[in-house]
Amino acid sequence: MISLLATRLTSVILVMLVVSALSFSIFNFLGDPVNNILGVNATLAQREELRVALGLDQSTFVQFWRFVERAVVGDFGVSYRNRQPVVDLILARLPATLELVLCATVIALAAGIPMGVYTALKPRGLLSRTLQFGSLLGISMPQFLIGMLLILVFSVELRWLSAFGRGDVVTLGWWSTGLLTTSGVKALIMPTITLAVFQVSMIMRLVRGEMLEVVRTDFVKFARARGLSDRAVYLTHALRNSLLPVITITGLQIGSLIAFAIVVEAVFQWPGMGMLILQAIEFADFPVMAAYLAFVGFSFVTINLIVDLIYLAVDPRLRAK
Amino acid sequence: MSQLVLRLKAIGNSELAWRFRTSPPVIFATVVLVVLVFCAAAANLIAPHNPFDPATLNIMDARLPPVWIDGGSSTYLLGTDEQGRDILSTIFYGMRVSILVGIAAVAFSMTIGVALGLIAGYLGGWVDAVIMRLGDIQLSFPTIMIAFFIDGVAKIVMPIGMREEMRFYVVILAIGVADWVQFARTVRAATMIERRKDYVAAARISEVGGFRILLAHILPNTIGPVLVLATLGLGVAILTEAILSFLGLGMPPSQPSLGTLIRAGNDLLLSGEWWISLFPGAALVLLVLAVNIVGDWLRDVLNPRLR
Repeated sequence: MISLLATRLTSVILVMLVVSALSFSIFNFLGDPVNNILGVNATLAQREELRVALGLDQSTFVQFWRFVERAVVGDFGVSYRNRQPVVDLILARLPATLELVLCATVIALAAGIPMGVYTALKPRGLLSRTLQFGSLLGISMPQFLIGMLLILVFSVELRWLSAFGRGDVVTLGWWSTGLLTTSGVKALIMPTITLAVFQVSMIMRLVRGEMLEVVRTDFVKFARARGLSDRAVYLTHALRNSLLPVITITGLQIGSLIAFAIVVEAVFQWPGMGMLILQAIEFADFPVMAAYLAFVGFSFVTINLIVDLIYLAVDPRLRAK
Repeated sequence: MSQLVLRLKAIGNSELAWRFRTSPPVIFATVVLVVLVFCAAAANLIAPHNPFDPATLNIMDARLPPVWIDGGSSTYLLGTDEQGRDILSTIFYGMRVSILVGIAAVAFSMTIGVALGLIAGYLGGWVDAVIMRLGDIQLSFPTIMIAFFIDGVAKIVMPIGMREEMRFYVVILAIGVADWVQFARTVRAATMIERRKDYVAAARISEVGGFRILLAHILPNTIGPVLVLATLGLGVAILTEAILSFLGLGMPPSQPSLGTLIRAGNDLLLSGEWWISLFPGAALVLLVLAVNIVGDWLRDVLNPRLR
């Protein structure tokens, strides 16, 4: 178990090194920190002075090391576009995206697991077939299209929900939440559903597939032979063993939710990190791009590590080794 | 000739063909797929209008609704967009771009993945470790995120004059690079099994070169699962391209894919002109759905665990 943890940690460090190297390349080779700070009208002497002050005359390796040192304490420089520290921009946008992603995850698990179990146990039923087809539609449909359909129905035709923005938010410390106001919750409905459809389909299909395989194993047959009720056999024995891969996939899916949130935020003009990175790319705002990459990389690595730890806690076979 | 007939008969009698004949949804999806691919491939022959010829466009015809809604015109069955282009025709042309990008991207990632997988599986040792570790690192990021970043950076770095014409290749590269790992993993695992078999030993004794052994002997025996992965990957690649284009990072308006068309129509959604974005959207869903159904079926049929 300790060796397993050690390998995981080495891979975390490796990934973070690669990510920071990429992030550093964007920041250093694509952007020009001197122009960024002084503007284009500075004299050559001023530029040279600043270059030395910033350490840009040093070797690439030294510069990389400094970049990592500053990144660790959250200093990614100043945005080219609106001249604010990049870390402030990201922190201001973080709550909007995280609330979206977490709500979508909760919905995906709450709907996906029961649907998967049902379709596995009653594969021939009408409801199962409908769900099966729906899930195929769900993974074939791009998020932006789902969002646009929702907007068309609920904003344009019915005029129930607003098509853009977060509604009113309440600020708790640096965290701004939309979960405490009516307009905030209403604004969250359509983006969350849009983001969750793919994950619901994905988790449902996964649980179904796993259940179908687990139900054929000997220990399930044995449980049935012991005369346990269907409920105990399926929900306690079969489901528990089908959920292991679900943990992994859900973890990885949270990562891709952060990615797909870019799309959903673009559709609903949601003021989160996705909008931030889209604008950064549009305006060639390299410090923001570098910081976003580093931040996203860090979150993915952390999520993967947590998933591994949960796995370790849940699967006794891994602990024994 | 008679050999060919025998061959075809054998295919017709195979289990694969039998399972195909007995699953109506798959037959239906295949038909839809063939029709869509035909419409895309023959767009310049069968499209009712040429949407990229400015001479035929009439701005007075802009934003016409589909023919069955008041104000629609029978010249434009699915209505027109902001510039007066026929939606049905732009869909045919857009689908062509989407399918081309999808196939090229999958072919690209398949080539990288299969090559690296063969090398890693055959050589083993540190080469294997480096390649697969690289794959692990990449897998901790969603493909869409990787494609998004490659595409976004490429868009900024390229000289302005080249941006539009190079987009096609940039998008293929971005999606292709983002998706090679699954191919490499599958091929590596298969290669590690195959290389220990007698026929490889026999080839080696006959002094066949390592390169030739890999390509002519091992590769054909690992290609089955790769083709299934490629079919499933095609749906993902087409969707990824659509997402990039929708975000304004994919195909430019001068060479629109389905995603680009949807993006253009998105702004008009709130004013009620839904047909400009939703018809290309429906075509996209139909296309991806058909590909996914065929891919899923192939995977299930070829997966021995589910027999």
